[in-house]
Amino acid sequence: MSEKTKENEAEATANGSPKPTSPNADLKHDFASFWNYSPAPESSDFVEIRKQYQHYIDGSFSVPAKKRYFKSINPATEEVLAEFAEGTSEDVDKAVKAARKAYDKVWSKLPARERGKYIYRIARMIQERARELAIIESMDGGKPIRESRDVDVPLAAAYFFYYAGWADKLDYAFPGRKAEPVGVCGQIIPWNFPLLMLAWKIAPALATGNTVVLKPAETTSLTALKFAEICMDAGLPAGVVNIVTGAGQTGAAIVDHPDINKIAFTGSTEVGKIIQKSLAGTDKKFTLELGGKGPNIIFEDASVDQAVEGIVNAIFFNQGHVCCAGSRLLVQEGIADKLIKKLKQRMETLIVGDPLDKNTDIGAINSKMQFNKINEYIEIGIKEGATIHQSNSSNLPDKGYFCKPTIFTGVAQSNRIVQEEIFGPVLTIQTFRTPEEAVEKANNTPYGLAGGIWTDKGSKIFKISQKLRSGVVWANTFNKFDPTSPFGGYKESGVGREGGLHGLYPYVNLK
Amino acid sequence: MSVISIPDFNQTIPIDKVGVEERVSRLNKRSIKKESKVQALNLALSMIDLTTLEGKDSEGKVIQMCSKARMPYAPMPHLPSVAAVCVYPNMVTTAKKALKGTSINVASVATAFPSGMAQLQVKLDDTKFAVDSGADEIDMVISRGEFLKGNYNFIFDEIAAIKEVCGEAHLKVILETGELETYENVRTASDIAMYAGADFIKTSTGKISPAATQPVTLVMLEAIRDFYGDTGIMVGMKPAGGIRKAKEALQYLVLVKETLGAAWLTPDWFRFGASSLTNDLLMQIVKQETGVYQSLHYFSED
Repeated sequence: MSEKTKENEAEATANGSPKPTSPNADLKHDFASFWNYSPAPESSDFVEIRKQYQHYIDGSFSVPAKKRYFKSINPATEEVLAEFAEGTSEDVDKAVKAARKAYDKVWSKLPARERGKYIYRIARMIQERARELAIIESMDGGKPIRESRDVDVPLAAAYFFYYAGWADKLDYAFPGRKAEPVGVCGQIIPWNFPLLMLAWKIAPALATGNTVVLKPAETTSLTALKFAEICMDAGLPAGVVNIVTGAGQTGAAIVDHPDINKIAFTGSTEVGKIIQKSLAGTDKKFTLELGGKGPNIIFEDASVDQAVEGIVNAIFFNQGHVCCAGSRLLVQEGIADKLIKKLKQRMETLIVGDPLDKNTDIGAINSKMQFNKINEYIEIGIKEGATIHQSNSSNLPDKGYFCKPTIFTGVAQSNRIVQEEIFGPVLTIQTFRTPEEAVEKANNTPYGLAGGIWTDKGSKIFKISQKLRSGVVWANTFNKFDPTSPFGGYKESGVGREGGLHGLYPYVNLK
Repeated sequence: MSVISIPDFNQTIPIDKVGVEERVSRLNKRSIKKESKVQALNLALSMIDLTTLEGKDSEGKVIQMCSKARMPYAPMPHLPSVAAVCVYPNMVTTAKKALKGTSINVASVATAFPSGMAQLQVKLDDTKFAVDSGADEIDMVISRGEFLKGNYNFIFDEIAAIKEVCGEAHLKVILETGELETYENVRTASDIAMYAGADFIKTSTGKISPAATQPVTLVMLEAIRDFYGDTGIMVGMKPAGGIRKAKEALQYLVLVKETLGAAWLTPDWFRFGASSLTNDLLMQIVKQETGVYQSLHYFSED
């Protein structure tokens, strides 16, 4: 070895040379120049969408008291899809009265097994109309048909099936106690999984003998009203399920209504705080399922290619409109370069576009408001000095609200894009050196809804997951849902649990 | 030429079985319609290694198969011919003669195919005989027993020795993944084969079940991608055995496209080791061109 190389080597060791990378690290794969998939749109011809929809109160569709309507658009085309009734406190009052009457006269008196039968019937009818519901969900909310077809609608049916089973077995859910329904439940759901969130709310409420007044999000009311049709077709007694459409004020009217016994809300932490304030001093029970900024922790010994896939599922699923999204990637330094390179490569094969096309991976951002918010955060990220990378291969459609999958490297825990929930296809990537540092960073936000751990070592999974202050921890996978599993948050991510046996508690008074 | 550093094959590369299978099922959801379907069916046809590897093979059988290789379906002479025919070493001369004047390659299995249970010298002689008979490609098998014993150096040296005998002929290394069982083993074997000089890596002999599966193919494609990233050298892929339907062939092409990209979507870098697949591809191509399915009787069983 020559004197000079020795010297270089010594210098390199002393100062810590950067980790050597492959000489071919800049080699790129070309995913676009040959054999591109022809359009494969799901036909929406047979789907019937009316021009105008009313509230669903007391078993029939009823015109809103103030006769005001608002428009809902298809975010992929920016065209008006339908008009929905704007719910006022009069409408809410009417709905609550109907729900109270149905609770007192019918639903709470019905034998539990009969309640179960209705819920089973609803579950089957969701399955029968699965294709229609999936297409509507994609048109109304912008999510890719692959997801609404394979995730939203089948899971919604699964939640009804699961809770239908509990209806006549509550004595076994709470041994030695008597579970009584709480009464009329006010439920407010978000726009990211419209039908699925409806199922999470309505299925356990009905199974335990409650009646409900539900308000879907103003940008995605359509499947809720299709669900109302299903309730009618299923012969569900009038007033057991009431659906009032509208925006924030309608929601407030539900929260503030004196004759409601329980509030279930899924949405932003900001609104959750307002709700909790207005509920203070009342005897209403409540569950809140709020925001998140999920850490996704990749250890050096993880299976890298599968972890990349997991990262994609964690942040780009449903355009990142997922409260439990893995929006903060924490990578152990030893594999950071390799992993990020592979992630960038994988992002090139993500197809952004028409939500109804069966090959679309990432659909449209749900609304213009959300679209602007995401773009604002992308600008904040750039201003904060982070390095942005977006996929190149997919050309965005001219119309509609579309956002390229985006990752930020070179970010710090103190950055706003790391601390605040963006609710879009935007991932921040931080590195860590030791497991302890990973846990510290993972827990260092006001949120605590969900997280992921990637390692080949089983003991590490248990060790780390116990230290995460997080309602859900996935190991070597992400964004997996099952009706039997409880879901909910720590800290500002919420109060109470939904799903599984735990999901029954908020809907019963135990004697 | 840059020096390639050979990794430590004893270091297992973790592969998550559930994750691999999920990725495959997601890729299977790609919907291939219209032009992209026609294009893919033709492409798949051009990637076939038409194979006969039976104890009862005769010159007559091989000559007839070569005729099909040249023109898979006479009523549509514009269709591509297949990439190669794959035969036993003693049939290479016959196949070579039958394919004279075409660009179709003759591939020969060698190295005591399918078990590989023979002395190295026997394997070298077997390979040399095939190469001398005019084989353009050699499909060798690895010694699975030695591999499962952890004798990775043995595997590496054996492949390197065969590669030397191959000379100009392309070397495809058959891992016989059905006998390796785990994805980790498949990955290690792929890496050994590529670093030892394989031009192609191939799943199976077709004599063991399971033969080619999509998850195994994905693991191998990812190994090829990493090898390319580390060395800059392209290696080809050949799933073989058990692929019978055109629909599956298209799913394999999606795997290749979204893992390695467009550069690998040619018969130079991707092959199907299959025979019955040919007729199903032809059936689908005829359906695309004429709008109706033709009965199987119209397609030759060579």
